[in-house]
Amino acid sequence: MKKIAKANLSALFRLIAENRDLYLPVNVSGQVNFAAYTEDAKVDLDTLKTVKSPKDAFFPQSENLYTVTKNDGKMKIEPEALKDKDFVVFGMKGCDVKGIEVLDRVFLSEPVDSFYAARRAHGTIVALACNEPEESCFCKVFGVDCAEPTADVTVWMAEDVMYWKALTDKGEALTKSLAEVLEDADSSDEAAVENKKAAIHKIVEKLPYSNLSLEGWNGDVLTEKFDSALWEELYKPCLACGTCTFVCPTCQCYDIKDYNTGNGVQRYRCWDSCMYSDFTMMAHGNNRTSQMQRFRQRFMHKLVYFPANNQGMYSCVGCGRCVDKCPSALNIVKVIKAFSKEGER
Amino acid sequence: MQEIISRAKELLENGTVARVLGWKIGDLPYNPEPAYFETAKDLENFVYNGFCGANLSKYMIEASKLEGKTMICLKPCDSYSFNQLIKEHRVDRDKAYIVGVGCKGKLDIEKIKKAGIKGIESISGIEMTDAADTLEIKTIYGDKTMSYADAMLERCHVCKGKDHVIYDELIGESKDTKDAERFAEIEKIEAMSPEEKFEFFKAELSKCIRCNACRNVCPACSCRKCVFDSNKFDSAQKANVDSFEEKMFHIIRAFHVAGRCTDCGECSRVCPQGIPLHLFNRKFIKDINELYGEYQAGADAESKGPLTDFTFDDAEPSVVAERG
Repeated sequence: MKKIAKANLSALFRLIAENRDLYLPVNVSGQVNFAAYTEDAKVDLDTLKTVKSPKDAFFPQSENLYTVTKNDGKMKIEPEALKDKDFVVFGMKGCDVKGIEVLDRVFLSEPVDSFYAARRAHGTIVALACNEPEESCFCKVFGVDCAEPTADVTVWMAEDVMYWKALTDKGEALTKSLAEVLEDADSSDEAAVENKKAAIHKIVEKLPYSNLSLEGWNGDVLTEKFDSALWEELYKPCLACGTCTFVCPTCQCYDIKDYNTGNGVQRYRCWDSCMYSDFTMMAHGNNRTSQMQRFRQRFMHKLVYFPANNQGMYSCVGCGRCVDKCPSALNIVKVIKAFSKEGER
Repeated sequence: MQEIISRAKELLENGTVARVLGWKIGDLPYNPEPAYFETAKDLENFVYNGFCGANLSKYMIEASKLEGKTMICLKPCDSYSFNQLIKEHRVDRDKAYIVGVGCKGKLDIEKIKKAGIKGIESISGIEMTDAADTLEIKTIYGDKTMSYADAMLERCHVCKGKDHVIYDELIGESKDTKDAERFAEIEKIEAMSPEEKFEFFKAELSKCIRCNACRNVCPACSCRKCVFDSNKFDSAQKANVDSFEEKMFHIIRAFHVAGRCTDCGECSRVCPQGIPLHLFNRKFIKDINELYGEYQAGADAESKGPLTDFTFDDAEPSVVAERG
């Protein structure tokens, strides 16, 4: 294990950013989100959750796929270059790291998404333990340990020092390249980290959602859950906006669109939301025509369809961003609780 | 709150209404949700407190299509939105039984969290009957306090007044919570140079994630098919590809609701990125006041709006050049 004084963090970030891109939580106009590091960026490692999850680093909200240009009656098609520069995402939380595992299942299974795969190959994740989890957090329910997030490197923030532990080859390589600023940790530091972890675990036990039961949610309950009359009640306050999907670390649906450039076409993909009326619109029309159906889709996907196709893995990681941000105060926790209550009746 | 529940039960029982549109108790101390109640049993979960900021007027568009009347709970400022929806023929007045509920300012959980208060277990001082002007907040990281006024939504600091502009009956007292000038922020922006203005709005709008929450919550945004959702035009977008597109959505929306926006503040309340979207609308309101005379959208359900009427005294387009 290594360590570094918190006072030296800017030196660490500068060194990381010297030969690579570095993304970390930055305060821009009052909101904290992952953004590229610059000398004058307002880095904020104290805010527990960024508004958007850091999935952008691997799966950007919009990205070009290829460009078609027409010149003198000739057409040229240029595919967008794949990411070929190494980068580091610093400060991802346990839930967000788990979110990437979910995305891996989607984008790295056949047929592999080359844009995503290139970013995964070049990206190193430094995960930060959550010192003060909040009431909207429920990562424990999905088996995430926010006190010890497992990524390429795990870091813990203490009073005036940050502890650094590499867990993978990528993590070791990054650690080696930062030798001039990272110091060796000793056994008292190991003990300090253990204490920190125990303190965090204690807090997690106190969180109101930590003991949420997922009983009855798995890949085998498709018909039963799909046909439940509860959805008709639950969807009603939904405004059909895309906030929950766009702040979510695991929502992975995208749309492919063409932008008319005047002398050609720029084909890009961008995040889509199952809450939107034209989601999965096809030539024959739309296969979900009511907001109830669209609302149901989001939760069925996370709690039933995804586990059915991925050995039981849910595609919710309990980050609680939807809990924090839904304009109508709806969220996946309320959905799960409503079904548990229904079961008791 | 008990008075509203008793009245709702009565109205359901005597058949005046088929359902009640109000707020349902949440599972955290601050997250009640808009909800329909159809039976006395449903009403056990009814709640009305400081966190019931959601403006229910727009839900009446769908409720107007249902069989029977709906009892809808409106706060004073919500009633302006409701009037405006009547004016635009989007809700059916005869399908609504409006209970004007008292309001002493609504709370903004984002403000409480921005003050560094986290791990919230309970918040006292949020009930309508609470007289104290301080919130006592128990958290897993210790007890905190915050003044009610400091935790209020921006719109409550420029409160339009404690009177409902449309209702069938009133339940509960209201308080005018205005303690700031409505156009003070606008004047600050007007005083900026064009470059500063551009930089200000660019910084704010570059945070937009195009979730459409502002549009979908907006009572003035009631088009059946928004131009930004239509696949028949190049305007259909799901992402901001460049900084032009970041601005286009919001500027078009601000123009489209100009003269109809009541300044209910829901856009700013729901924005996940904290963009002060009300500033756009309020600039239009200020301009309309200056060019066409004082006008408050939704103050009544009958008059013609300044931008939907023509008079010989209307400002000429050249006024734009003259005003700079």
